[in-house]
Amino acid sequence: MAKPDYIYAAARIRAKELSCFSTSTLEQLMACKSDEECLRLLGEKGWGDGSARQTPESLLEQERNKTWDQLRELVEDMHIFDVFLYANDYHNLKAAIKENYAPSHGADIYNPNGTIDPTLLRQAVESHDFSLLPPAMADAAEEALSTLRETGDGQLCDIILDHAALRAVADAGKASGSELLAFYAEHTVACADIKIAVRCQRTGKSLAFVQRALVPCDTLDVSQLAQASVESFDAICDYLARTDYEGAVEALSHSASAFERWCDNRLIQKIQPQKYETSSIGPLAAWLLARENEIKTVRILLSGKRNGLSDDAIRERLREMYV
Amino acid sequence: MDNLGIVFALLGAVLAALMSGIGSAIGVGMGGEAAAGVCTDDPSKFGKVLILQLLPGTQGIYGLLIAFITLSQIGILGGSGDISLAKGLLYLAGCLPMAFVGYWSALKQAKSAVSGISLVAKRPDQSGKAIIFAAMVETYAILALLVSILAITGIGGLNI
Repeated sequence: MAKPDYIYAAARIRAKELSCFSTSTLEQLMACKSDEECLRLLGEKGWGDGSARQTPESLLEQERNKTWDQLRELVEDMHIFDVFLYANDYHNLKAAIKENYAPSHGADIYNPNGTIDPTLLRQAVESHDFSLLPPAMADAAEEALSTLRETGDGQLCDIILDHAALRAVADAGKASGSELLAFYAEHTVACADIKIAVRCQRTGKSLAFVQRALVPCDTLDVSQLAQASVESFDAICDYLARTDYEGAVEALSHSASAFERWCDNRLIQKIQPQKYETSSIGPLAAWLLARENEIKTVRILLSGKRNGLSDDAIRERLREMYV
Repeated sequence: MDNLGIVFALLGAVLAALMSGIGSAIGVGMGGEAAAGVCTDDPSKFGKVLILQLLPGTQGIYGLLIAFITLSQIGILGGSGDISLAKGLLYLAGCLPMAFVGYWSALKQAKSAVSGISLVAKRPDQSGKAIIFAAMVETYAILALLVSILAITGIGGLNI
């Protein structure tokens, strides 16, 4: 079968990029006195459904849905974007296993934007029939459920599923054949590994625990990172300073949220060349990441305004924009 | 063996039209895809992207021109079709610049035009520059056209 060339889709995305938020748009939002004023301005820019009484969450959810709907219009085989959705699948699996272990009612704990229907996940967990799931996910689900039943340790269950989710992302990135998707997967796994190493160092976890939690990737040596994690925070920083993630050291020294921001900004900086690409899946994936980044930034801004944070405090959390 | 001259000469004319035509068809198709993508969200840019879409189409016209000149020179469109083998091979060689350069320049110009269409999508005021970038590739198609015309029109006077 001929490989799709995405010329039409990439050109359409170019036109859509005109409505992406720039730094000056964020400045306009920053100048708003309250979150209600921000919502009004967002409405004027075409966000949400145009109703005056829209909540921030519904507005952001609508924007995410619009993004995915537009991609569905442009791409016939949406499986290429599964790499972005595996985190939701494993979140849903985690929710299904925990709900099965300690039933809770009422709360909507499932994320509808995954590659697998949450109902199928619940059904698989309830019937203990994981053959309904993809093999890698089935193994992880089996192990996580039996671990939770035997030990009652929710954290261990989380580690098993988070590890499997990151592996799924890494594998999908490599299998995609797209340089951008491969980079996204590598970046996601490496940043998660760094986060895990730092968290484990702060909570004094054992080497075996850290080794189990870390997911192998090409740009980090997880055995060295695990060793550094059980030594000290400085050892982690020393190791990272010798890798592609040198810039993370300063952010980590500042705070966890500064590191999150550094990760998001690094991703946005690395996808910039896609603005000049004309015939691959790259511009579409970059636009999706740019929209997700935009939505995340608006969420931070709205939350900051709602909670009365100072402009400086909000500003230091804002992400860089793609356009 | 006596008739092979006309066969090679005709092969040259066919190759010039065929390869340049294929290149242009692919190129204009690529430009059309990109132009449609831009016009879906902003139909007001139709005029600007149409020029860029059409740029890779010229190679097909040049190929057609070379084919016509060759056909008239070798007597297929009227006159005597009596051509020696050497002359037939010369006509074939004379058509090849247009055939190959026409094909490749159309494809390369199409890529340039698609990039130009992306530029117009974001900055319509820069459409002139986008056209110039793509038109630069045309230079080499024109050079090949000139070489082919000079060669084909000159072969008739040779006494071989």
